[in-house]
Amino acid sequence: MDHLTSYLILSAILLCLGLYTVVTRRNAVAILMGVELILNAANINFVAFSKFLTHSLDGHLISVFIIMLAAAEAAVALAIVLNLYNDRGHINVDEANTLKQ
Amino acid sequence: MINLAILILFLPLLSFAFQIFSGRRFEEKRGEWISVGIEFLTLLFALILFILMLTEYDTAFQKEARYNWLDLGSFKIEMGILLDNVSIIMLLVVAIISSLVHLYSVGYMQGDVRYSRYFGYLGIFTFSMNGIVLANNLFMIYIFWELVGLSSYLLIGHWWEKRTAADAAKKAFITNRIGDIGMFIGLLIIATVLGTFNYELIFERIADGTWAANAPDLFGGIDPHKLLTWGGVLVFLGAVGKSAQFPLHVWLPDAMEGPTPVSALIHAATMVAAGVYLTVRIFPLLTPDAMATIAFIGGFTAIYAATIAITQNDIKKVLAYSTVSQLGYMVMALGTGAYVAGFFHLTTHAMFKGALFLCSGSVIHAMHHGLHVENDHRTDAQDMRNMGGLRSKMPITYWSFLITTLAISGVPFFSGFLSKDAILAGSWAYAANVHEGWLANLHLAWILPVFGFGAAIITAFYMFRLIYMTFFGEPRLPRVFEHIKESPRVMTVPLIVLSVLSMWFIFTLPSVNPFSEHGWFTGLIQNPGTVVSTGPAFELEHFKHALHEAHSPAMITSLIVATLGIMLSTLIYLMKKISAEDLAARMGALYRGSYHKWYMDEFYIHGIIRPFLRGCDALGRFDMDYYDHYIINGAGRNAKRAALGVGVSDDLVVDGAVNFTGVIFRWLGWTLKFVQTGRIQNYLVYVLIGAALIFVVNIF
Repeated sequence: MDHLTSYLILSAILLCLGLYTVVTRRNAVAILMGVELILNAANINFVAFSKFLTHSLDGHLISVFIIMLAAAEAAVALAIVLNLYNDRGHINVDEANTLKQ
Repeated sequence: MINLAILILFLPLLSFAFQIFSGRRFEEKRGEWISVGIEFLTLLFALILFILMLTEYDTAFQKEARYNWLDLGSFKIEMGILLDNVSIIMLLVVAIISSLVHLYSVGYMQGDVRYSRYFGYLGIFTFSMNGIVLANNLFMIYIFWELVGLSSYLLIGHWWEKRTAADAAKKAFITNRIGDIGMFIGLLIIATVLGTFNYELIFERIADGTWAANAPDLFGGIDPHKLLTWGGVLVFLGAVGKSAQFPLHVWLPDAMEGPTPVSALIHAATMVAAGVYLTVRIFPLLTPDAMATIAFIGGFTAIYAATIAITQNDIKKVLAYSTVSQLGYMVMALGTGAYVAGFFHLTTHAMFKGALFLCSGSVIHAMHHGLHVENDHRTDAQDMRNMGGLRSKMPITYWSFLITTLAISGVPFFSGFLSKDAILAGSWAYAANVHEGWLANLHLAWILPVFGFGAAIITAFYMFRLIYMTFFGEPRLPRVFEHIKESPRVMTVPLIVLSVLSMWFIFTLPSVNPFSEHGWFTGLIQNPGTVVSTGPAFELEHFKHALHEAHSPAMITSLIVATLGIMLSTLIYLMKKISAEDLAARMGALYRGSYHKWYMDEFYIHGIIRPFLRGCDALGRFDMDYYDHYIINGAGRNAKRAALGVGVSDDLVVDGAVNFTGVIFRWLGWTLKFVQTGRIQNYLVYVLIGAALIFVVNIF
């Protein structure tokens, strides 16, 4: 298990799951969860690269940043979702399409 | 003193402004007296200046004020005022005549349609003339020169409803313009050669002798002395126009269409005097050749105009030609170097000619009145053949007329005798003084005194003819004669004043000897000589000597000549010993020539104006038929055709390209709009597909 490749495979699976969730789900909260998965896939990559290639703590540092950023993003996004719910009574992204042509 | 001069200059302008802008409103309330008052105020100021000048009694007296007007670095144009003996005397003359004419006009023009405007024009006329008199440089004189031209145009055409008056005004203006073009070129030559317009600087630069070496190279290195001759003659050409010298004299007799007081003003103190005054001013820079030209023009004009005056029947026409003739005298005097005599005659002539015109105006006024009462509107009030015997009815006019006639005829005890005698002596001395050059061949210069004495005898003759026909004999229209009466006080007072000013002692004081050549006038005005280093044709010392020698013979001859003329006139027109009609018939061609003014007007019309107009016509037709038709219109037609072609190609190619682009993008837009579903997840799929594509492309 001390191979870079196995980490990358794990992160790729995680990314694909995230993407799948984002593209297919209609529930806005589910989409946000997908986004979290994508971000964590990136985190795994960062940590893995810094451990196996650069032998430094740069990647760890950045992944901590990303976690923080994800928290901020979730806060803002959830606020939007809440507003959407207040406005429409649902959080279905398919129907939030008033900007469509 | 300068301030006083500025006041004198601008006061008449004030009168002009008042009459033009608010004169109408004051017409009922005797608003003209404001103008008259202003004019008499300038007369008072001019008198003060004159007295100040007399107390100085210095021939070199001079005060100058200069103001920068246009500064172009090395070249400056100044405005300025020059006060010296000449300008102050001239200023006084202008003020006297102008104020008296104002006063006289109150009576003469009473009830005129444009009464207030008339006084306004008199004001601007006086203003312009004062400007000419006071100017200290040639540029400024030129400005006022044109102003005089303008105001004379306005005044001559005062009764513009009359076609002849409108034509006369145009004629005066245009004829003057011809002279003015010459003057302008002359000014430019002088300014280019000497680098300044200022009189004093010009004379200084010529006198110090280095100017010729410093003169810029003009017209391929022409001799600067020749250039100066041309400059002098061309500037004099302006005087030829204004002072009605041959061949530009034709406007003056026609100018009689203006109101008679205007004639007095124009022909005594202002317009025509301006030309002579200009010649007086530029006298020091005249070269001998230029002076000879001037002398001959003047001499010829003197005798030429006199011969015309003999046969005219219109009282004002006689006086008009007599004016031309007397101006010829003045110009001849200046040309022959008799500077003092020329200016002297200008002064004396202003007085007696002013009086003569005003007298004739008084006669015409009376005749008008008489004809009006008789309800006769066809008879010419100015024709002497309708007058006669007016002596008993109009004593003041008669006596003034007689005195001034004696003055113009050159009879002792009157001013004209003194000045005319000086001129004749001058021409005599000039002729005697010429020993070399083209003038000495065939004794050509002797023509001048012959012209002078000839004109003198004729002047005496026609002036007495005028008196006899107007004031003596039986009244020719007895019914009109009944109603003739002396003119009102405002008209007779100027006559009396001017008659007194035509007496000899006015000019000879402190001496009262009527034959004296010395008085305050000749004491104050000194011949400045010419500052051009001259040849033998004119040297001041020789000339003065010759003048002294010529004085007595010239005086005796002029006395004889005047007597002869008067006697002849008396024989023919008073005693009727010789029949005028017989004489006219016997003279035949000569009489007709004189009666028709030697066909000068006809010459201008048929010799110059008509061919010129015909030439213009031909050019105009060429312009219309060929130039316009083929070139201008042709170009237009071709351009139109070309434009049509360009238009079509524009529609097809340029617009087509533009529209085609538009169509393409509309189609593209229409197609691509289906991609925009509004579903974010779809967009995300596109992004993923794009990223995958880039990934694939990068790998392979």
